[in-house]
Amino acid sequence: MDAPVDLSASLAAGVGGRRPTPVGLPVQGNYAARLTRAQKLELYRWMRLTRSLEERLVALYRQTKVVGGLFRSLGQEADACGSAYALERRDIMSPLIRNLGSMLVKGATPTEILKQYMAKGDSPTRGRELNIHFGDLDRGFVGQISHLGDMVPVMAGVALSFKLRGEDRVVLVYVGDGATSTGAFHEGINFAAVQKVPLVCIVENNGYAYSTPTEKQTAARAYVDKAPGYGIPGVVADGNDVLATYEVTRAAVDRARAGGGPTLIELVTYRRKGHAEHDNQSYVPDGEIEWWAANNDPIDRYIRWLGQHEHVTADEFAALDADVLAQIDRATDEAEASGFPEPVDCLDGIYADPPALAPHWYRDGVRSAVERNERPASWGTHDG
Amino acid sequence: MAEITYLEAIREALVEEMARDENVFCMGEDIGAYGGAFKVTEGLLDRFGERRVIDTPISEAGFVGAAAGAAHMGMRPVVELQFIDFISCAYDMLTNYVATARYRAFLPCPMVVRGPSGGYVRGGPFHSQNPEAAFLHTPGLKIVYPATAEDAKGLMKAAIRDEDCVLFFEHKYLYRRIKGVMPGGDHVVPIGKARTAREGTDLSIITYAATVHKALEAAERLQAEDGLSVEVIDLRSLLPMDDDAIVATVRKTHRVLIVHEDTRTGGIAGEITARINERCFEWLDAPVLRVTAHDVPLPYAPALEDFVLPQVSDIVTVARHLARY
Repeated sequence: MDAPVDLSASLAAGVGGRRPTPVGLPVQGNYAARLTRAQKLELYRWMRLTRSLEERLVALYRQTKVVGGLFRSLGQEADACGSAYALERRDIMSPLIRNLGSMLVKGATPTEILKQYMAKGDSPTRGRELNIHFGDLDRGFVGQISHLGDMVPVMAGVALSFKLRGEDRVVLVYVGDGATSTGAFHEGINFAAVQKVPLVCIVENNGYAYSTPTEKQTAARAYVDKAPGYGIPGVVADGNDVLATYEVTRAAVDRARAGGGPTLIELVTYRRKGHAEHDNQSYVPDGEIEWWAANNDPIDRYIRWLGQHEHVTADEFAALDADVLAQIDRATDEAEASGFPEPVDCLDGIYADPPALAPHWYRDGVRSAVERNERPASWGTHDG
Repeated sequence: MAEITYLEAIREALVEEMARDENVFCMGEDIGAYGGAFKVTEGLLDRFGERRVIDTPISEAGFVGAAAGAAHMGMRPVVELQFIDFISCAYDMLTNYVATARYRAFLPCPMVVRGPSGGYVRGGPFHSQNPEAAFLHTPGLKIVYPATAEDAKGLMKAAIRDEDCVLFFEHKYLYRRIKGVMPGGDHVVPIGKARTAREGTDLSIITYAATVHKALEAAERLQAEDGLSVEVIDLRSLLPMDDDAIVATVRKTHRVLIVHEDTRTGGIAGEITARINERCFEWLDAPVLRVTAHDVPLPYAPALEDFVLPQVSDIVTVARHLARY
């Protein structure tokens, strides 16, 4: 794996108060070492696709074709892609807002992502939900909601169903550092631990919850320290080392699959963009973002590693990058060509039964309520 | 067939549905060895084992959320809240996650959230609540609140088989006071259909749950003392609500009194009144009136609780006023 990066000088120089990335932490097992060269290149491709797709979304956002907010995972591609890569197709995960990479690994397509952001009628949610809030049980991901922490109990329930039916499947749920402060996180992890269901929970510690830094989120030394309180193992890894994130997640997934119950994983990374595109990050200490961009970019690090250990050439990287861009170009064309939803589509599928609601009468454009209500013969006579 | 209580009818529905469908399982606090605070689930652990009768940590949001996740995967969880008052702890999970799952993510969420509800039992502010109106406002949920033992069983079976989340309010005052003879066979009462608890021609009382029995008692007195013929409609389902049954009774009697045990402001009576306005205002001979609890947290002392909650005498008083209008 990577040679440890010494952050002490940079921290002493005052690049924020961030804990150093725990590069070089010992990891159990030897999963990453068993990946083939092709698999390692595939991991690179997922990370590159994530970053390039988001760059395309930025362009579309500036053209106002993305109709809502845009959430970036710049600098966090390794933790998303490496961890999701540890799952089997039959496993189920619930991503968070910075896990575009996890969703791509699990089978979401760039076209779907673009259509979601552009609120198209044939997007995965038919224009009902935003950004990467969508799911597909066949491919193994469940759409998140905005109420942070809520997916932990829900995914504990998905894992419970696997336990009750004796299915050989594992659940992975992502939360951010901020969500660990919620009651839902606590209730969900505790429930999963007591029931010993096959759940892996990843806390993506990217330093900020919107503008709130770690020290205002928790008094714990580290998020992973919460694990012993639930009686489950906790492990921390360098979230910007894609092979390390794969390693620790795969170990936890295998443990869960073998009936060992939940694991809490803290992946330490850094959020280089704001909460969403509108956020100017005025709360971030000077130089912090630049330091991470220059010294601890997960893709740059992985390119160096692949060059040194797998002898991947510049031409190979260029070909992969060109292939990714061509895929995004095709997806963009397809997404731009599709239409917006029909307005009345908003009225179906609230329930299985009844299948749809009727529009309000004043949207019917036919008759007013006064005209269509039947009246008794004596109506309006006031002769009583 | 022997009479069984409202509580036993619920248990009978749970047992029959668990026997019928192995995907049905129960979760909640103290529902296993202890059989639940009111013993609704007594005997289930012995019969179905701890994989299907799961004692949970005290974590309403946690196990309601877990029920949703299991429901997505084809299970049919039935979650007990020890008292329905604690449903507020799972409000976020129910309204934001569960209620929207089908609409935003096309994820089915067939689950039942059930629990002892209501007052008249000296339970005080946190063991007597009727929080149904707080959920009436949430598209994606269904709400039932039976008044009879027969409906308690039939609606529970319908709720478990429903493809969406059903909030099943059980009135604890009725648990052991109300009995019925269960119809034979697979007794399922459809969700969304009201029941005419008493036929009448002079005025209508629209109500549900424990106050159905108060209304029936009042109707007897009004018949005996005033010669008034009072119709009593038991809504049974609050979401969806049986608009056709409401319109039919308005067109029949032209005078409507709505009775509910819940507090007044923002209560379900207001919604029913609005629907009557929109659909059959022309058939009214008098304003729609309501008898409800006062807008206070439910107090403990008998003198206080009795004053706050609707009583038979309140219904008689208001019905007389309505008949004279």
